[in-house]
Amino acid sequence: MSAQPLVRVDDLAKTFDVSPPWLNRVLERKPRALLHAVDGVSFEIERGKTMALVGESGCGKSTVARLLVGLYAPTRGSVAFDGQDVHAALAQPSGRALRRHIQMIFQDPYASLNPRWTVEAIVGEPLVEHAIVSERAALSTRVDELLRSVGLSGQDKTKYPHQFSGGQRQRISIARALATAPEFLVCDEPTSALDVSVQAQVLNIMKDLQRERGLTYLFISHNLAVVRHVSDSVGVMYLGRLVEVADKRALFAQPRHPYTRMLLDAIPQMHATGRARTPVQGEVPNPLSPPTGCAFHPRCPHANARCSAERPRLLEIDGVRVACHAVEERRI
Amino acid sequence: MQALLEVSHLVVDIPGRRGTLRAIDGISFSIAPGEILGVVGESGAGKSLTGAAIIGLLEPPGRVASGEILLEGKRIDNLSAHEMQHIRGKRIGAIFQDPLTSLNPLFTVGKQLTETIRAHLPVSEREARQRAIGLLEDTGIPGAAQRIDHYPHQFSGGMRQRVVIALALAAEPTLIVADEPTTALDVSIQAQIIQLLKRLCHERGAAVMLITHDMGVIAETCDRVAVMYAGRIVEIGPVHEVIHAPAHPYTAGLMESIPDMSVERERLNQIDGAMPRLNAIPSGCAYHPRCPRVFERCQVERPTLIAAGATQAACWLHDAEHGKAVA
Amino acid sequence: MKQTLTRWFDGDLGYSFRHSPVAIAAAVVGLICLLCAAFAPWIAPHNPYDLSTLDLMDARLPPAWMEQGTRKFMLGTDEQGRDIVSTLMYGARISLVVGIASVLLSMLVGVSLGLLAGFRGGWVDSFLMRLCDVMLSFPAILVALLIAGVGRALFPNAPNTVAFGVLILAISLTKWVDYARTVRGSTMVERHKEYVQAARVTGVSSLRIMRKHVLPNVLGPVFVISTIQVATAIITEATLSFLGVGVPPTSPSLGTLISNGNQFLFSGEWWMTVFPGAALVLIALSVNLLGDWLRDALNPRLR
Repeated sequence: MSAQPLVRVDDLAKTFDVSPPWLNRVLERKPRALLHAVDGVSFEIERGKTMALVGESGCGKSTVARLLVGLYAPTRGSVAFDGQDVHAALAQPSGRALRRHIQMIFQDPYASLNPRWTVEAIVGEPLVEHAIVSERAALSTRVDELLRSVGLSGQDKTKYPHQFSGGQRQRISIARALATAPEFLVCDEPTSALDVSVQAQVLNIMKDLQRERGLTYLFISHNLAVVRHVSDSVGVMYLGRLVEVADKRALFAQPRHPYTRMLLDAIPQMHATGRARTPVQGEVPNPLSPPTGCAFHPRCPHANARCSAERPRLLEIDGVRVACHAVEERRI
Repeated sequence: MQALLEVSHLVVDIPGRRGTLRAIDGISFSIAPGEILGVVGESGAGKSLTGAAIIGLLEPPGRVASGEILLEGKRIDNLSAHEMQHIRGKRIGAIFQDPLTSLNPLFTVGKQLTETIRAHLPVSEREARQRAIGLLEDTGIPGAAQRIDHYPHQFSGGMRQRVVIALALAAEPTLIVADEPTTALDVSIQAQIIQLLKRLCHERGAAVMLITHDMGVIAETCDRVAVMYAGRIVEIGPVHEVIHAPAHPYTAGLMESIPDMSVERERLNQIDGAMPRLNAIPSGCAYHPRCPRVFERCQVERPTLIAAGATQAACWLHDAEHGKAVA
Repeated sequence: MKQTLTRWFDGDLGYSFRHSPVAIAAAVVGLICLLCAAFAPWIAPHNPYDLSTLDLMDARLPPAWMEQGTRKFMLGTDEQGRDIVSTLMYGARISLVVGIASVLLSMLVGVSLGLLAGFRGGWVDSFLMRLCDVMLSFPAILVALLIAGVGRALFPNAPNTVAFGVLILAISLTKWVDYARTVRGSTMVERHKEYVQAARVTGVSSLRIMRKHVLPNVLGPVFVISTIQVATAIITEATLSFLGVGVPPTSPSLGTLISNGNQFLFSGEWWMTVFPGAALVLIALSVNLLGDWLRDALNPRLR
C-alpha cells in the first residue's frame, strides 16, 4: 500500500479577471477587477478516503473542484494525482488517459444530463470516448452493469432524463462517472438539490460504492451535517483560503478556527439542546475586495492588530492545521 | 380563543389536459394568534401550494376546488381578486424564497416600503417614510436612514431578505406566510434571519406559517409543525413531540434519514421508493407502499387525523380499535 | 422512426397541433401547395413551356366561370396561350425550390457561425457579432438586388443553374443573421450547463461537444425561424423576379408571373396577375401561420 497520498494539492490558486471592458475602463476610469477565487490552498487526500470541503457561498470550493478535474487551469500552484502533475499531463495529448482516473459529479440533477440523449448514450459516452468498448453489444452490457450498480435497472437505458426523478438522475450521473473505473471522484454538492429521504439513498449508495471499489472522494458541500456523515477529513474554506483542515472527529469535537466555531454554532439543529447561541455577526465580504490580513478579521471576536495586517499561514497545531493568529498565539 | 387562521378540508385541483390532478387533498389545520406553525414536507408534497392558496396566489389553472379558509372567522377563499388585494399585505403578509426576485429592481427600497404602507394604512407620505425607516432599523439594517434610498441590487442577499421581511410587516398584518425564507441564504445568515423573524413576529403579535423542507429550521423556530405527504397532512403537533416521538411512520422515517450533527451513524436510514406523483396516488393511505408497518386497512381506507399521544397522525396504527387488537 | 413519430404525436407538440384549427388548416393548405408544386410535371393539366402545345388562338382567355372562358383552361390563359393553372404550378415549384434552398443554405451558415460564436466567445464572438451587425444594417432587398444584379452583369450568358445559384446565394446572405444570433444566445446558455462540463471532464473534444451535445438542444428555435423564413424567402424571390433580377425568364416563378401579368391589368385581363399573386399569398400565409403555431407551441412559458 503506497503511503503517498493519492491527491496532493500545493498552493493552488485561481484568479479570474472580471474587469469591465477596456472601453469602460478608459472612459469611466474604472480599475481592473481581479477575483481571487482560490488563493493558495494546500491539502492531501489519502487513497480510499473522503475529504470534504465546506464553506459558504463565495468561498471558492466549487472552483477548487473544477481545478482538480482540469476544467480550469490554475494561476499558481499544482495538483498531483498519484505523483503526476495533473495540469501538465492534461496539456499533452497523451495526458488524456488521465481523465479516466478522475471524474466529477455535479450539483444540479436537471442540468447534468443532456435532455436529448438517452440514458444509454449518456452513461456510455465515456466508454466510447476512451475506446474502452467498441462493439454495440458490449457497450450495452456494460451500461446495464453500471446502472445496476447504482440501483437502477438495465431497462432504464432506453429512457430519457426527463422521465426520472432528481434522485434517479443523480444516480445516472454517478453511473456515468464510474464508467471509466476512476479512482478519484470529485463531488460538487451532489445531494444539495435533493430531498432529505432521497439524499439518504444517494449518500448510502456513494458510501457502498466507495467501500466496494476503493474510491477516493472529494466531497464539496455547505451542509455540515452531511459532511459529518460522509467524510474522513474536513477542510473549511473562507474567501478562497483554507482556514482549518482536520480529521472529522477532531474538527467537530473541538473546532479551533473562530470561523469554524461560528459555522458549527449557526447550524439550526433538530435536536437542539436549547443552549444559548452566540449569533453570527456580519456577512461574507465582497470577494473582489477582501479584507487585508486575515480575511475573517472583521467578523472575528478575537481579532487583534496583527490579524488585520498579516495573513495567517496554515500551521500544524495539536494535530490539526489552522490558519489563525489567535490559535497560534494560544489566545483561544 | 378563536383561531386566527382556520383551514377546513381544503382541496386544490390542477386541471390539465390529461385530467385533473388533485394537488391538495382535504387538509385541515388552524393557527392561533401569535403562533408559529411549520409546514414541512418534501418536494411535491403540496406545502407551497397550501401557502399560495391561503394568500390567494394560486397560479391558474390551479384552483381551490372545495373547502374553506377562514381568517379571523371570515371566509377568504371565495373573495374576488379585488377584495383579496386588500387582505394581502394588510392582514396577511408574504415572504418568498428568493430575495432577488421578491423586490422590484427598478424602485428604491424606500419607495417599495412607503408604497405598501400607504396602500394599507391612512398615513401621509412623510409619516410612511418614518415608519419605513423604523422598520428597516428593526430588521437590523445599519444606517437605515441612508439605505432607505438604495436600490435592491445595492444590498447583499441577507440584507435583501431583511428588507423583504420589513415589507411583509409594513402594513402590520396578523399572519405572515413565509415560503422557504432561508433556503437561498448561507448558513450563517440563515441563523440571523430566523432569529429576526421570531423576534419581530413575537413583538408584533403576528402569527407565522413557515413553509420549509429544513427540519432544523423548524426545530428552532416553530411552536407546532404539520408534516405533509402527497397533498395530505400526515402528522401535526407540537414541534418537540413530532421530532422526538413521531407517531406517523413517514415522519419517523424522515427523522431517521436526516443526517444530524449530534448523532453519528454509519448508514442513514433510507425510505425506499419516492413520493408518488399526483396522477398515481395510491388508494387508502398514500404512504402505504413505502411503509414498513403497513397492514390491510391501510391499502383500502384513507386514514383521518387520529390523536396519538401528544400529536395527531393520519395512521391506522393509532386507531383505538387497532391499538387494542395489536396490543 | 415510427417510435419517434408516435412519441411526437402523443407529446405536447402533437396535442397542440390537433387542437389548433389554424395550424391544421395552414398545414393542409401548405401541403397541397407543396404537392402541387412538387408533382407539377405530372399533375398539371398542360405543359405551359412546351412550345409545341401552345396556340396563340387560346391567348388571353378569361377564367372558366366568365363568358368566353372554357373548362379547358380553368383559370384562363396568358398572352401566349399558356394555361394559368399550369403556370401557377410550375411557378410555385420554382418559388418553393428557391425559397427552401436559400433557407437551408442560410440555416447551415447561420447555425454554424452562431454555434462557433456562442461556444468560443472572446474575440471570435465579437468579430462574428459585428459582422452580423454590418449585415443587418443593409436592407435585405438591397443586398439581394446588389448580388443578383452584379452576378447578372458579370455573367450575362450564364446557364440557368448558375443564375439560380446566385439568386439562392443572394437571398440566403440576407437571412443567416437571424439564425446566428438565436443560436449564439442558446449556445451561451447551454455551454455553462453541467452536462457540457461533464463531457469536458470526460475528455470530449470541443468540436464534438458543439455538434453532439449543444446542437440538438439549440435547434428548437431554429425550426421556428425556418418556417417563417421560407415565407420571407419566397416573397423576396418574388420581389426580385418582379424587378427582373430574379429567376431567368425561361423558368418563371410566381414573381415573374405577377410581373408579366401586371402589364395586362389595365386592359382588363386581371386573371394573369391576380391568380399568381393569390397563390403567393396563400403559400406565404400558410407557412407563416404554421411557423406562428410552432413558435407558440414550443414556448415553454405559454404551455
